[in-house]
Amino acid sequence: MRLLNRVLVDILSTTVSDFWNTGLSKNMEVLLSSDKIADCITALADEIVLKTSKGDKIAVIGIRSRGEILAKRISDILSKKLKTKIPCGTLDITLYRDDINNPHGDSQPIVRSTEIGFDIDDKIIILVDDVLYTGRSIRAAMDALIDLGRPKAIRLAVLVERAGRELPIAADFAGLKIDLPAEKNVQVNFVESDGKDRVIAI
Amino acid sequence: MNKKQIIWKHKHLIGLRDFSREEIEYILDTAHGFEEVSTRNIKKAPTLRGKVVVNLFFEDSTRTRNSFTLAANRLSADVIEFTEKVSSTSKGETLLDTARNLEAMGIDIVVIRHSAGGAPKFLSRNINACVVNAGDGCCEHPTQGLLDVYTIRKIKDSLEGLKIAIVGDIAHSRVARSDIYAMTKLGAEVILVGPPTLMPAKVEQLPVKVSYSLDDVIGQLDVINMLRIQFERMGVNPFPSVKEYSHYFGLTVDRMKKAKKDILVMHPGPINRGLEMESEVADGPNSVILRQVTNGLAVRMAVLFLVNQGAMMQDKKERLEGQ
Amino acid sequence: MSKSLLIKNGFVIDPANKINGKVNVYAIDGKIADVGKIDKQADTVIDAAGKLVVPGLIDIHVHFREPGDEEEETIASGSAAAVAGGFTSVVCMPNTEPAIDEATSVEYIHRMGRQTRKTHVYVMGAITKGRAGEQLAEMGFMVQAGAIGFTDDGSGVQNPAMMLRALKYASMFKNIVISQHCQDNSLAGTGVMNSGYNSTILGLPGIDPLAEEMMLWRDIQLVRKTNMRYHVQHVSTARSVELIRQAKKEGLPITCEVAPHHLLLTDDACCDYDTNYKVNPPLRTEADIKAIKQAIKDGIIDALASDHAPHLKSEKELEFLAAPFGIASLECALGLYIKALIEPKIIDWPQLVSIMAEKPAKIISVDKGTLGKGKQADITIIDPDYEYTVDVNKFHSKSKNCPYNGWKLKGKVEYTIVGGEIRYSAQEN
Repeated sequence: MRLLNRVLVDILSTTVSDFWNTGLSKNMEVLLSSDKIADCITALADEIVLKTSKGDKIAVIGIRSRGEILAKRISDILSKKLKTKIPCGTLDITLYRDDINNPHGDSQPIVRSTEIGFDIDDKIIILVDDVLYTGRSIRAAMDALIDLGRPKAIRLAVLVERAGRELPIAADFAGLKIDLPAEKNVQVNFVESDGKDRVIAI
Repeated sequence: MNKKQIIWKHKHLIGLRDFSREEIEYILDTAHGFEEVSTRNIKKAPTLRGKVVVNLFFEDSTRTRNSFTLAANRLSADVIEFTEKVSSTSKGETLLDTARNLEAMGIDIVVIRHSAGGAPKFLSRNINACVVNAGDGCCEHPTQGLLDVYTIRKIKDSLEGLKIAIVGDIAHSRVARSDIYAMTKLGAEVILVGPPTLMPAKVEQLPVKVSYSLDDVIGQLDVINMLRIQFERMGVNPFPSVKEYSHYFGLTVDRMKKAKKDILVMHPGPINRGLEMESEVADGPNSVILRQVTNGLAVRMAVLFLVNQGAMMQDKKERLEGQ
Repeated sequence: MSKSLLIKNGFVIDPANKINGKVNVYAIDGKIADVGKIDKQADTVIDAAGKLVVPGLIDIHVHFREPGDEEEETIASGSAAAVAGGFTSVVCMPNTEPAIDEATSVEYIHRMGRQTRKTHVYVMGAITKGRAGEQLAEMGFMVQAGAIGFTDDGSGVQNPAMMLRALKYASMFKNIVISQHCQDNSLAGTGVMNSGYNSTILGLPGIDPLAEEMMLWRDIQLVRKTNMRYHVQHVSTARSVELIRQAKKEGLPITCEVAPHHLLLTDDACCDYDTNYKVNPPLRTEADIKAIKQAIKDGIIDALASDHAPHLKSEKELEFLAAPFGIASLECALGLYIKALIEPKIIDWPQLVSIMAEKPAKIISVDKGTLGKGKQADITIIDPDYEYTVDVNKFHSKSKNCPYNGWKLKGKVEYTIVGGEIRYSAQEN
């Protein structure tokens, strides 16, 4: 059931966010406001810089679709802080999902393109997603990354780290850490995709 | 790429005539996502791991078969190549026997090429596995139609309002039929060009224009698709000589001078050089023939992926109805 | 010792004798003795209240596959199907394996028919040896053996000189008809369905209507020259109908027949590649059906004939391109004609009986098709309003290649009486 919720978040994010833009619900809880999100992202970038040694080649790769936006923001900040252009790419994990042959609900995964315009070999890859929950998306993302090359290391950065891991996976950098009942969904909205920045629990 | 979410329910790909514009666009959008797989070092994704694809080819076609095999391999499916001769009478093993035998081995997707129009549909009615048409007689060659429009859309962004000529043996061409459905559904205007003896019956009832003169139309075209002249399919000579055919319908360097500068030259392959088109044109700057081949791989990966998704949707529906 | 039969209270339709009303039919020793307001004691009495009593129906175009393909049909199974369909006489086509092209084969068919004791079985011999279109078959000997006509059915005689010779030669025999499956092979090519929009869409080779019309036109010229009696089998196109109309107007000795599928189905039916719709001549278009129905209304069509063509399931379970041509419809033919012609009021019952009994008898020159005094007592009793569902599994025929399976049809055969003997009764089946 938890897995199902996680998948629904992935798949239905567009529809759900449309719904939330049009009205408010009683059992909706704002976890992060727009300002807080900006703070979190800056903090994430700071921490990444802190943990980076001189000579490390860093690249940021976001998981479609919210991770892609987050990755873009983080790489922009990193580029400024490190005074060098930090490459940024997008990873589509659909082909690697473990539920690809076991669809849920009435929805289907959509295959989009992976767009990584640089060589990942020997780089430290900052893998970015909006929410870490079961860990299954990250498992898929790591498999996808390994098929693209051999990075020196993969580090995981997420905006929200939610308890409920089903795989031995942990975030290296996390904005908000939270524990929610299983029936709740965490929804991340960004200006680029949804018109406003906020993180809510439904 | 802007992508509309639809629920893909088809477990077979029999013909493009059955599909809506939205469905065709959805396949093309999906194919776009698969292009990247072929550009990497490790050209493989685990998507169809544990699935078995059978290439059931009753006609020789090295290209299409290889393309499907590679597409299946890149999605980690196991591929069985089936090339045995099958009887077309009821004496001996029939197509149905063959398919049922394969199914008993637990296959998931049948890719079929057959000289009889309707063979894939016949198969889809009689077995549970997904059926993908890799060309049936003079009926359809849907993956070729898809890769053709995919190639055009990639370069021209949209087919809306484009003028596209399909030149050659329309009567016996499954490529022409699949192209006509896909191109017109995506908004292009299709002109069939060839001698009247190579036009199918009641061609006027198709959503196309017909011209018997390549010279008359070449100046207005955005895309020209030169079909292969298939002598083995024609029985009696529908034109007096190859020389005369080339004179009227061959794509020569001279004729290309009358075409738009950015015209796309296509051919489903393999080319009869010097017959349908001169080598200089086939290898020239307007030719997208090899890009068609490359794109074919992404399109076929998308098709295998989608029919498998469709099968799962239908299995699930049946399970729910069974409860 | 004489045997008698009385059919009372029925509605008798006998177009030849202009009877169309509630009368009784009395037969003795297999012959019609009286038709009228009679009431006599009889060995067998049938109460036909609410039923139609008509001259035994005649199907002049069936394929019983014997000799050669007994797994598809035999004279015995075909005859059982015939009486179940209300037919007291049938004409077997010679395209068996080997072809019926000499006297012994003709005698064999007759003998098997007699032994089965169901329907009268007549035979058309082949025009040419082995139906190869090259040498005349021994028509004379076949006439002596009882053949009622000649045809190379399954294909037409392609060579015009050959056809001219056949018509000329046959004209020396009395009461013989030359019958043709009009199809020019050079135009038909490898076609498997009507040539048109649907064949283009389905990617299947088409048979141009011209293939039929060209040979028909050619044969009309030959008939004009020879004045030999000539019959056109299974007319399928509007233009063919026109050609026949003109030829008849001219007074040429031409007759023709129509099959039920050419009244009810169009080439749209092929769109699912269901081989049960693969038939030759192929299913045509709405316009053709309209023209044929009009011709029936105008009296241009002389006979309805099922072209009952049984095939095994395994043979029809093939690709459309590879499956054999043919539809098995003998047992539901009457219902199909009612659906096509009576229900839409194209013709009335006396007209239907005329082209199912009276006129077919004339084409094959047998003294049947009426309930006239002294005629053989071949009688069909029909419940015209009884509706039933076609179920191929209940067919007496060995083959089930019938696209009408599951159709609801009206017109149930209650009794089929041949020579005064009840050979089929619905109660026992």
